[in-house]
Amino acid sequence: MADTFTVIGRPGPRVDAMEQTMGRAMYTDDLKLPGMLVGRLLPSTQAHAVIKSIDTSGAEALDGVKAVITGADLPITYGILPISQDENALATDRVRYIGEPVAAVAAIDAQTAQRALDLIDVRFEPLDQVRTLDEALAHDLPLIHGEGEGQNLHRSAALEFGDVDEGFGAADHVREDVFFYKGSTHTALETHAALASYSADGKLTLWSSTQVPHYVHRTLEKVLEMPSGRIRVIAPPVGGGFGGKTDPFSHEIAACKLSMVTGRPVKITLNREEVFYAHRGRHPVLMWVRTGFESNGRITAMHFKTFLDGGAYGSYGVATLYYTGALQTSTYQIPNYRFEGVRVFTNKPVCGPKRGHGTPQPRFALECQLDKAAQDLGIDPAAIRLINAVEPDSMTVNHLRITSCALTETIDRVVEASGFSSKHGELPRGRGVGLAVGAYMSGAGLPIYWNDMPQSEVQIKVDRGGGVTVYSMAADIGQGSTSMLATVVAECLGLEPSDMNMVTADTDLTPVDLGSYSSRVTFMAGNAALDAGDRVRNRVFTAVADKLGIDPEELVARHGRIEVGTDSGSGMPWPEAVRLAVAASGPLIESGSYRAPELAGPYRGSGVGISPAYSYSACVVELWCDPDTGMVSIERVWLAHDIGRAINPLLVEGQIEGGVYMGLGEALFEEHAFRGALHKGPSFLDYKTPTTLDMPPVECIIVESDDPEGPFGAKEVGQGPLLPVIPAVANAIHDALGVRIDETPFTPDKIVAAMRDVSRGGTGRIGPDRVPDFEFPPLTRVEPPDGFGAGFRAS
Amino acid sequence: MTDGIITIPINGEKHRIAVSDNRTLLEVLREDLSMTGTKHGCDLGECGTCTVLLDGQPVLSCVTLARQVDGREVTTIEGLSDGPDPDALQTAFAELGAAQCGYCTPGMLLSARSLLDHNSDPTTDEINQALSGNLCRCTGYSKIISAVHLAALRSAD
Repeated sequence: MADTFTVIGRPGPRVDAMEQTMGRAMYTDDLKLPGMLVGRLLPSTQAHAVIKSIDTSGAEALDGVKAVITGADLPITYGILPISQDENALATDRVRYIGEPVAAVAAIDAQTAQRALDLIDVRFEPLDQVRTLDEALAHDLPLIHGEGEGQNLHRSAALEFGDVDEGFGAADHVREDVFFYKGSTHTALETHAALASYSADGKLTLWSSTQVPHYVHRTLEKVLEMPSGRIRVIAPPVGGGFGGKTDPFSHEIAACKLSMVTGRPVKITLNREEVFYAHRGRHPVLMWVRTGFESNGRITAMHFKTFLDGGAYGSYGVATLYYTGALQTSTYQIPNYRFEGVRVFTNKPVCGPKRGHGTPQPRFALECQLDKAAQDLGIDPAAIRLINAVEPDSMTVNHLRITSCALTETIDRVVEASGFSSKHGELPRGRGVGLAVGAYMSGAGLPIYWNDMPQSEVQIKVDRGGGVTVYSMAADIGQGSTSMLATVVAECLGLEPSDMNMVTADTDLTPVDLGSYSSRVTFMAGNAALDAGDRVRNRVFTAVADKLGIDPEELVARHGRIEVGTDSGSGMPWPEAVRLAVAASGPLIESGSYRAPELAGPYRGSGVGISPAYSYSACVVELWCDPDTGMVSIERVWLAHDIGRAINPLLVEGQIEGGVYMGLGEALFEEHAFRGALHKGPSFLDYKTPTTLDMPPVECIIVESDDPEGPFGAKEVGQGPLLPVIPAVANAIHDALGVRIDETPFTPDKIVAAMRDVSRGGTGRIGPDRVPDFEFPPLTRVEPPDGFGAGFRAS
Repeated sequence: MTDGIITIPINGEKHRIAVSDNRTLLEVLREDLSMTGTKHGCDLGECGTCTVLLDGQPVLSCVTLARQVDGREVTTIEGLSDGPDPDALQTAFAELGAAQCGYCTPGMLLSARSLLDHNSDPTTDEINQALSGNLCRCTGYSKIISAVHLAALRSAD
């Protein structure tokens, strides 16, 4: 089938690449409207306090200040998840973290806005702070949400699939390990920006650097109490997201309110420090893992506990909590599985989704533990993964439906390319290789608010000259979604991606796509585009076939023509065919849609982790680690990724390389660190991300398993390739020096401490050795899926 | 804050601008002249996003005062191309997928231009050094490095 494609599978530039490189791509902060005011947010200086009073009179009296608003002006709560409507755009009666917006101003320029912030007098009555997981689990500290004292629990979960005790009973070897994954943040280079314009006729337009215009649209409807039909949300090109622009944010809502109050456009652009406080990044997660193995390495049971430090509000946290337990089974056949997890509130910036959303943390733990078990059992690290690897067309014990799956091939390919087998355990001291795998969803199976409507819709309009315009609400955040849509439609119509005119991410003009999160756009918007493209093509084929007196099935769209069979140059040019179709059946405008199949299992929490398809990755890292200084130098990375089908291999490689890069940053330096409740370094000087000098060569291996439901067989690549990178580094450090760093990031101080421990006769392990003694809720016991039996697999 | 008049040749065009002492070159470009091709990522000289060329050398426009550049040649992304004809780097970056979100791209391109102006055939190590002050969060840099090599190769033809 692959050789019948014309543009699918062909490496090519983004459709907007020249606009970007010529400096003409307009991001939100590049937009300017006549009479525009500058808005700013006043951050809380307190981590946990009651707001006794806010005096804005000084700011209001300042020349050039047009409006000052506080929490009282925006009393309606919101949150990305229907079950976590716990945020206000501006704090109302309490502040819960340093940096939380308390008031907002609009002024004629940035200096005046800053002076106005300085003149706002907020009186706080401090409360005891809850700064750590242990403090959150204490019974004698104030509740961050609610009154009185007690444990600051957000949500907990306890699920068992199969019979874990029986599984452990059948094991020849059982391991228990504790791991900690530090929090990190996205730091997209474009800081968040929002420009709001309220018109005299009562309509509101918001331009915002958001990954999710649809959810921002819904939030504004609620918080501003305006019909959504009077609100237009536009996401201009977004300068990087990685999950950091996936919540509705204070500055978006405040800009709208300030524009409504002043009658003038208002732009709020966060500065870099404010972005660190806005956060929504990787949750710090403490993990305890107990796994039983047969002597051949087969897993008999797994018990996984996670403790998430969520920060001050809910955000995506309930989903994140379940994600820390959901995808362990997506790579390995775990016949009996127990997951217990809890997310707590603390007085720190809010955690949310970052590339891999809740799954890099357990993936780190799982892949490191497997390496340890392989060593215990005398099995090769690749072999223990292969013997447990999930197979295509199977069900997991927690009711995930696996369809296409080339996990085994990704392992084989990466092992072969890297020479892993001849290097592991064989390289000189200080040099090592590590292997790990991962899997990720091609889109969350369910929308954030449950409904029966399509998750993605695409419209195509063809003009009489043959010009094709594609409309989709999918926001291009750099991942290339606009190019993906152009390529899918171009393939359907026999045109070039560069022929397509793309209108995206505008709630007035484009049909709904839920947003650029959960690696859903290629699969879902791509399928909607394929559906719409097929409809356009069918109408054109019908008209042309009538004209030529042949069967539409004989026609082919290719190279800008509608041709008959294999006869090149036959038929007619595309524009002529379009005019025939318009004459025959009216305007050539078609829409398509996609909705994922029903996949949820029979238990509460099963909505998280299900997906119409899973991507698979395997990674080998080779590194040098200086035994004296603990400095790690990554020498080369091999990453094989099962994408189903590469719609554009150039962009696929870009996502793999970017995922490896971000994974290496989290492995080696990045940590969202706090001194008490105060962010330690909200700047690029303190929060180190990899530069050109830190990046090794990355060898990308694209594996195509041709997914049965993906558009042209495609699956995701935006998030999956990050997952195995972090544990592959940890495993390579172990191979290099024999030490185990069970806590990210793997900084020189930890490695030196581990080496010192070895020299004193210790095991050379650095990391937490206990988890809190927390009483999880009673286990919900879930029967394995139908057909799941002795042979383990079910189709 | 007193205003003073400065004259800056930007991309070969002279601009006379009244600026206060604390006005940065970045603010002059983006706000006074609406030349928004120059982006900003931190406003503290940490990320390289706002890189422009000053007399051919890369500088961070967010920590360069406008008064300091009075009379000196400034080149921004808008001036990298020759009218509608892109620079070899701009074409190579586009073709090889060196821009993903595109936000670091203008600054990256100007750092790369300065490198090639001084060294027409740089090694990978030299490219890594020259671009080490420009952060990119999307690409992992490898396609950027390849694009610089490609532009150098084509320029040598």
